[in-house]
Amino acid sequence: MNLKLLEEENVLHAVITGEIDHHNAVVLREKVDRQIAAMRPAGLVIDLSGVTFMDSSGLGFVMGRYRSMAGIGGQVTVKGATGRVETILQMSGAYRYVKLLDE
Amino acid sequence: MKTVNFVRMTLPAKSVNEAYARVAAAALASQVDPTIEQMADIKTAVSEAVTNAIVHAYRGQEGGLVYITMRLMEDGSFIVSVRDRGCGIGDVRQAREPCFTTAPSEERSGMGFSIMEAFMDKLQVRSAPGRGTTVTMTKRLGR
Repeated sequence: MNLKLLEEENVLHAVITGEIDHHNAVVLREKVDRQIAAMRPAGLVIDLSGVTFMDSSGLGFVMGRYRSMAGIGGQVTVKGATGRVETILQMSGAYRYVKLLDE
Repeated sequence: MKTVNFVRMTLPAKSVNEAYARVAAAALASQVDPTIEQMADIKTAVSEAVTNAIVHAYRGQEGGLVYITMRLMEDGSFIVSVRDRGCGIGDVRQAREPCFTTAPSEERSGMGFSIMEAFMDKLQVRSAPGRGTTVTMTKRLGR
């Protein structure tokens, strides 16, 4: 798993590549939350286009960041989910809380 | 039914082993030429079951063991069982409900069993409080 954090006009982009499971979701959560606290962005974009595997821990990560951002009045957008990653987001109802960016 | 091939392994309940378990499952399943989707289903379901054992059964404590048995059957189905000797589940029906979790602070979504159920053809959960849990899942493979 690899995480890149990019700032673009008060929006934080978290570009994740590789696999998201419980083991590395803990690391993701720490790094992204630290940046949210420091930057207090208006929006967080979670880019999952490079994610090759994700289980419900990834879902927990997305919903957890929804809560982090809701705490400072910001929104979360998810983009690039494909295959089973997208299936999990759809079936969980996560898109009722986070926006889906279609490209 | 005849077992064509099997793998039995015991892993310490460490989160770093979640990836090992799902990759091992995919490697065994790959022997019967599954689709990419079927491989992804097995990896995800095994990851969920092993994560449950680590996070819930042993509550992150060191020293616990996760016992995994995987079988390829004559009819092309893949059967995996994940067993722990952890705290057990008092109410299995409740635990299997979507969005039910006993560990919200750890960002558990409560979707583990729902995902196992959706991605595999059969899911059986046997548990005894204080003694442990066995999750057995079956997936029919092939095109």
